[in-house]
Parts: sequence; structure tokens; C-alpha cells
Amino acid sequence: MNDLKDLYQEVILDHNKRPRNFCKLQQANHHAEGYNPLCGDHIDIYLQMEGDLIKDISFEGSGCAISKASASLMTDTLKGKTREKAETLFDGFHQMVTGGTGPAGKEIPQEMGKLAVFSGVREFPARVKCASLAWHTFHAALENRHEAVSTEEEDLNGKPAQQS
Amino acid sequence: MKFDIVKIREEFPILRQKAHGKPLVYLDNAATSHKPRAVLKTLEQFYTEDNANIHRGVHILSERATEAYEAARAKVQHFIHANRPDEIIFTRGTTEAINLVAQSYGRPNLNAGDEVLITEMEHHSNIVPWQMICEERGALLKVVPVNDAGELRLDQFEKLLSSKTRIVAVTHMSNVLGTINPVKEIIQKAHQKNIPVLLDGAQAIAHLAVNVEELDCDFYVFSAHKLYGPTGVGVLYGKRALLEAMPPYQGGGDMIRSVTFEKTTYNQLPYKFEAGTPNIAGAIGLGAAIDYLRTIDFEKAAHHERELLAYATETLQSIPGVRIIGTAKNKASVISFSLEGVHPHDIGTILDQEGVAIRTGHHCAQPLMKRFGVPATARISLAFYNTREEIDIFIRSLKKVKEVFK
Repeated sequence: MNDLKDLYQEVILDHNKRPRNFCKLQQANHHAEGYNPLCGDHIDIYLQMEGDLIKDISFEGSGCAISKASASLMTDTLKGKTREKAETLFDGFHQMVTGGTGPAGKEIPQEMGKLAVFSGVREFPARVKCASLAWHTFHAALENRHEAVSTEEEDLNGKPAQQS
Repeated sequence: MKFDIVKIREEFPILRQKAHGKPLVYLDNAATSHKPRAVLKTLEQFYTEDNANIHRGVHILSERATEAYEAARAKVQHFIHANRPDEIIFTRGTTEAINLVAQSYGRPNLNAGDEVLITEMEHHSNIVPWQMICEERGALLKVVPVNDAGELRLDQFEKLLSSKTRIVAVTHMSNVLGTINPVKEIIQKAHQKNIPVLLDGAQAIAHLAVNVEELDCDFYVFSAHKLYGPTGVGVLYGKRALLEAMPPYQGGGDMIRSVTFEKTTYNQLPYKFEAGTPNIAGAIGLGAAIDYLRTIDFEKAAHHERELLAYATETLQSIPGVRIIGTAKNKASVISFSLEGVHPHDIGTILDQEGVAIRTGHHCAQPLMKRFGVPATARISLAFYNTREEIDIFIRSLKKVKEVFK
């Protein structure tokens, strides 16, 4: 049962119950919508960008504990970061949940900070999409994409397909 | 004779395994059912001894393969009480069978302003094929709503059944709610207006005794894999007169009588609708599943399933925070539910760790999810090889879910 505890860590359960930055951002100048058609998860990401700086970020939506906590922790982490830093964290997160950095709990780069609680997800391949939905949607918001991001449009490498 | 569950489970070797170190409790039978040894043996025997293409070889293997394939057709015919074997078309599954009817019956019979009548509880496979042909022909898709218990609103059905309706397509049993629809009444009402009815039997076929003659349905469709047979093969039953009048669905080998570059004449039923080499082993495997079902008492099996359903419903309801979605008076084998404060996906993951396999999500019925105001549900679906002990394990595991999320 150690696996389940890896997945549903206290921090994750807490963010699921009391999601941070869970609102519509009135001053948002970037927005994107994401959904996971397999489980019905749905998320809206709002960004207030000042040049390359993420001045503020929030989310709304419904989903499982993993996707909600992921969105909550992501917004917490990204607030005040630069776009470049956010992209690095996105890559790191993606690697961490898909197992790119070795066994669970090992070799998680320091800079991942609180996001490291999601390292248990890699043991649950069916849940990787739940954890990454918020990040893919954030990415779409940066580009102000109008079409909703879908986890089912990922290519075989696990990255979302480029949408025109 | 008592329903011997131990003996029955022995016939399903896959059930003996452990999942995450715990005995597998398989409660996802509405997605696909497991295969008895008899089916597995038949598949192996076919490929080991009889494998050949059908309807064309002069050699002995082809003769045997053809004979077994056509014998499977006759088994299906008798199983659903069709009049003739040529009313049984083998398809890839329920989905292809519905697409076949939508294309071959829908296209010639639908014109601008005509209507296709379906229901709010349909699986996407009984929505999208009709949507596609309606769009092409300028026809309209009309939808019969369900009430809060998940039963069809028959008053609305009668209202929506109009002089413009060209076909009614309705599920015999809902894959989400478990509701068994009053299909006989629906068919009678539609026939009073000379409107044909297609029944989606994907779920019903494994739980109800189906008699297409008695129902008087015009089309009945189902998949082998939900009836303890192999994946990749299914059945379209159609009344002969309707099938005769319909153009072929696909062109290719086996569906022709003669071909020149100027003109092709089509083969007779059922081959007109079976272009290309079919899933020969799959059809024969379906025949073996039907043979197997004849060796158990279908009525006793259905009774066992009803008892399990009642037991599972009762114990589930006693858990605070559980909401059962689909409480029709007449239902079978399926319970969709939600648990307050926990998303179905999380329920599914935690149950899986306990060895309990359930389905979570929208069950290919997004409009129905919207109707009940949920993004998804958790669903258990039973087969006659399930036991009370398995329900107990499921309930215990569900309590574990509550602990994790307390």
C-alpha cells in the first residue's frame, strides 16, 4: 500500500480539499481551457502577464484530486515566476511524472520544490494525464490558444500535439 | 439444481489471478466480459486445425472453416430467435452494426426535415452514427429525455414520435444506469406509425433473454465480447425485407455475385453486408460462447445476477455520501454512483490497488452525464461469475477510499 500513499500525499489531499488560487482572475490577459475527455476533467487557467512575468495566475474547474491539486500547486509555484522559469518547471514536471528521472522519490531536482509531491504519479500511468492537464493548459494560456487543450490529443511522446 | 458459482468460476481462468497482490475482483463486465475456457479452446482449435478463408476454397480446411463460420451464424440465429440465418450479419461489433444501419438504411430513407428519434441514455455509438447521417441528409436528431430515476419519459417518446420520424434507435439496456427500457411498448407505438426500430443490445444481450421475433424489432445489434465471446466481432440482426432493400455498406470481396468494370451485382443476404474476409475465428468463438451459455441455466444465472445487484445496491446505499445514479424500477447488473467529495477517478485508482476493477468516467454517454449533473461516475457492472464476497470486498475498499479522503 506504500504506492497509494505515494500518490495521495497529504499535501495533495490538502490542495484537493482547499485549492489555492481557485477563482476567475479579473485582470487576466491570458486564458485557456483544458479538458480530459476520458474522465471529464475540465479546467480554465487565467494568467495576468506583465511582459515575461507571471504577475498572477488562477484556475477554475472540476476534476479528480490529482488534477485539482496539481493545478493548485502549479498556480502557487508559478506566481511571480518568469515565462522562461515556468517552461523549465513544466519540462521538469513532465519528466518527473512520466518517470524521466528515475524511480519515485529519487533524483527530483531541488528546483521542483513542492511539486515533488507528484513524483508518485509515475507509478500510476493512468493518472499521468490528470497531473499534467493543468500544465498543458497553462502552456496553452501562455500562447492564448483559443481551442481547448485535450489530453487525448497528445502525441505518443506525451506532449500535446501542436494545434493550429 | 443449485447455481454452482465455484464450478462456474473455474471455467473463467482469468479470474484466478491477483491484482496488486490481492485477489482480482472484476466488476467491469459492462465494458467487456471474460471468456470461458470453452471459448479460448475453440479459438485455439480453429487456428491450430481449421484455419482457412471461407466461402472460396475447394480444399478441406476451407470447407471446415466455412462450415464452422456458418454454424456460428445459426447459433446466433437460434440464440436470439431470428427466423432465418440470413437475417444475421456478422460485423466488427455493435458500433459497426449501428453505422451499417445508419448508412445503408438511413441514407436512402432520410431526407431534409426528416427525423431520427433516439434517447438521452444512448451510448455515443448510438448517437454519433445518426448525427453523421442526419447532417449529411439535412435530417434532425430528436432525443427522448429520461426522468430523475433514469427511466425513459414515455409520454415524451409518444410526443416526439411524429410523421417525420424515419427510424427509432434506442438502447435495450443502459450501460450507465442499468435501466431496462420498455422496448416492446416502444416498438408497438412506432410500428403503429410504420416506423422501424433499432435496438442497441450491447448490454442487454448478456443479461436478458432476447427474442427478436417476439419483440418484433426491426434491427437488433450487439457485440460478442460483452457476451463472453471474443472482441472484434458483433451481430446485426435485421428483418429480411429491410435488409433486402438496403444497399451494401462496404464494397469488396465476398459481397459480390459478379464484377465487371461496368457493373457489379451484389451477393445475396447475409453476404451482401460482409465485405472482405470477416473475423472468422471471432464468429466461431461467439458460437462457442453461446454453446457455453446453454450449458449453464441462463435463468438461474440471471437470478444470481439480480440477487447480487440487490445486495450491492443495498450495501452501497448504506454508505454515507454515496449517490446511486440510475434507480429505475426495471434495471439490471449495473450501478453507477458518486461519492461525496471524491472524484470517480480517485475511487477507481484506490479500488484498483485493492484488486477491484471498476470503470470510472463518462462511460461514452456524455449527454447523460450532463443530464444528471455529474462530470463522471464510478460504475460497477456484474456478471453471473461474480459473488457476494466480491461485493463485500468492493464495499470494504470503498470505505478505504473514504478513509484516504476523510
